Amino acid sequence: MREVLALLRVGDWLLLLGAGMTVLLLWQHGSGGDRVVIKREGRLYLETTPRLDREIAVPGPLGDTVVEIRAGRVRVKSDPGPHQVCVRQGWLMPGQVAICLPNRVSIERGVVRYDSLNY
Amino acid sequence: MTPSTIELTVTQEDRRLATLAAAAVGLTLAEAAIPLPLPGVKPGLANIVTLVVLYRFGWRAAVWVSLLRIVAGGLALGTFLTPTFVMSLAGGLASLLVLALLVRLPRRLVGPVGLSVLAAFAHIGAQLGVVAVWLMPGVNLLPLLAVFLGAAWLSGLANGLVVARLLERTP
Repeated sequence: MREVLALLRVGDWLLLLGAGMTVLLLWQHGSGGDRVVIKREGRLYLETTPRLDREIAVPGPLGDTVVEIRAGRVRVKSDPGPHQVCVRQGWLMPGQVAICLPNRVSIERGVVRYDSLNY
Repeated sequence: MTPSTIELTVTQEDRRLATLAAAAVGLTLAEAAIPLPLPGVKPGLANIVTLVVLYRFGWRAAVWVSLLRIVAGGLALGTFLTPTFVMSLAGGLASLLVLALLVRLPRRLVGPVGLSVLAAFAHIGAQLGVVAVWLMPGVNLLPLLAVFLGAAWLSGLANGLVVARLLERTP
């Protein structure tokens, strides 16, 4: 073991560490690619995975917007808004956003890509 | 018999490069026979040869050995000029570029292991780049990138240690 460690130099350790950190960071981001992001009044309300079936009631100024997550899919089940735009959108495709504007709730499915320079 | 109009003079260095490239091709072929969990995750044993050549005979020799290995390996595996070959070529060129930069760093500070890991990263990065731009544009490759880079980290470390040991044994 000691012989093996003697083969590594300072720079090697640094490069190994940096490379390992990159992998770990990407790993976290990668698993964050498949996400459901619910925002209320433009602020993050809940970030969750589409893998867990559940219903989430998001309180807004008009009442509760109910988000349904089932079998890896996401939709707005009901909304107190007058036009029901976000409800009619149905199940969201990855990358799609449903916005219940009157109730100030938005639901985003899927690819969260952080801009690493500006984030 | 009419004497050949084409005379190929083979220098000692040509022979040496050919021998080393043959060793690299051998490793590539042996590696192709190993069953692996994920397509595309390979130990990259031929990079051991590239790195040893880089340290022994310089960057130009490493480029020769690496490119000969990619072309001959592609011919032998039947992937020549297929997308697989293009990925292999892109990976090989990217890692050679990284090696060209890194080999200038002081030897006292950075050894074969550091070079090996970064070359492996460049290799897989360029390959996934080809996939993202040409083969499967628009697919989110980020989760795959993490898996492949993790594998590259491990194989880069292992290959680097082998190279360090080889160089130590026969200085």
